[in-house]
Amino acid sequence: MAEKVLIIGSGPAGLTAAIYAARADLNPLMIEGMERGGQLMLTTEVENYPGFPEGIMGPELMDGMRKQAERFGTRIVSSDVTKVDLSERPFKVWVADDLYESEALVISTGASARWLGIPGESRLRGYGVSACATCDGFFFRDREIAIVGGGDSAMEEAIFLTKFASKVTILHRRDQFRASKIMAQRAIDHPKIEVLWNTTIEEVLGGDLVTGLRVKNVLTDEESVLPVEGFFLAIGHDPNTKIFQGQVDLDASGYVVTEGGSTRTSVEGVFAAGDVVDHYYQQAVTAAGMGCQAAIDVEHWLDRTEA
Amino acid sequence: MGQNTVKGTDATFVELIGSSTPTLVDFWAEWCGPCKMMDGPLEEIAGDRSEQLQIVKLNVDENPSTAMQFGVMSIPTMIIFQAGEEKKRLVGARSKAQLEAEIASFVS
Repeated sequence: MAEKVLIIGSGPAGLTAAIYAARADLNPLMIEGMERGGQLMLTTEVENYPGFPEGIMGPELMDGMRKQAERFGTRIVSSDVTKVDLSERPFKVWVADDLYESEALVISTGASARWLGIPGESRLRGYGVSACATCDGFFFRDREIAIVGGGDSAMEEAIFLTKFASKVTILHRRDQFRASKIMAQRAIDHPKIEVLWNTTIEEVLGGDLVTGLRVKNVLTDEESVLPVEGFFLAIGHDPNTKIFQGQVDLDASGYVVTEGGSTRTSVEGVFAAGDVVDHYYQQAVTAAGMGCQAAIDVEHWLDRTEA
Repeated sequence: MGQNTVKGTDATFVELIGSSTPTLVDFWAEWCGPCKMMDGPLEEIAGDRSEQLQIVKLNVDENPSTAMQFGVMSIPTMIIFQAGEEKKRLVGARSKAQLEAEIASFVS
């Protein structure tokens, strides 16, 4: 028997959709994925989620949402979806060789850290290269490290990393940051932070461990080596939509396209919510809000199609 | 801490990995979200394979010198030791099925 609704992804969007769908007696099945809880699992203190006046740790917030979804009967599969077929209903969703079928589908697969794709980067991942300052900063106590990026998260992470590192160099390809003024100033004024403007990274250097970066000044084309033991990336995120390519409309950057003001996608019965749709707000609370919308959209759509 | 895994410390580490039984050490910390995902799978594997594999959990916050000594720079990192020697290193979270595949050659 096909499920009524299957939810792919377990960040704030997916879990809120699950809470609402479960309370509406839709008995949702969630495929939570290997990055369970989504990007908030990689954060520390979340200070802007309403209802937590003293702040809450990201992983703790997500554990709470997951428990709440389970309390109302959400069933959870802890693996990644490997393939989908949205060409007819019920929709087909595969987790390796296991096939799940569902009348309605909620895509809430979120977004994941972007990588530069330069030589040495993936080979040295976990050996000095990291896209998660909060996970790995600890291991760089009293070492010199570099971080690439120019947005608010890059500033936040650079400042966080000064708790451990002896020196943090921010590398940015332009001559000013995209980050908010207050965050940029906080980073620039920090005694342990140095900024290298107009700089791109050509290669991560090192045998078994990172020893430095080959960098280029884009104004002079001059190349040099920056000796660092750690290299962190904070250059934004890409939506996790690979498995949906060619099956549901995506925009040029790969985000799922939804019909204005709703969570409806180009495929009837498929809904989408959270960072996989939203390249603008990208907040825990906006994702949760969209997850709620998706569950309500699913409920109304099931009512109509069953009637 | 789970029932089936062993809590390792800087003091007990050398003895633990010296065992003739293959030993998987999970380097983790409270503040590491992805590490928490490994709790369930590791606990289950430790229960299923208690005769063939010892699973040790090492908190890097409380035991920084061991983490340092083995050059751990990202967590979760899991290292499989046999008679004190490093045999395999896994960096990053994995599902139970993926873990089973990675340890297969050590527990047959």
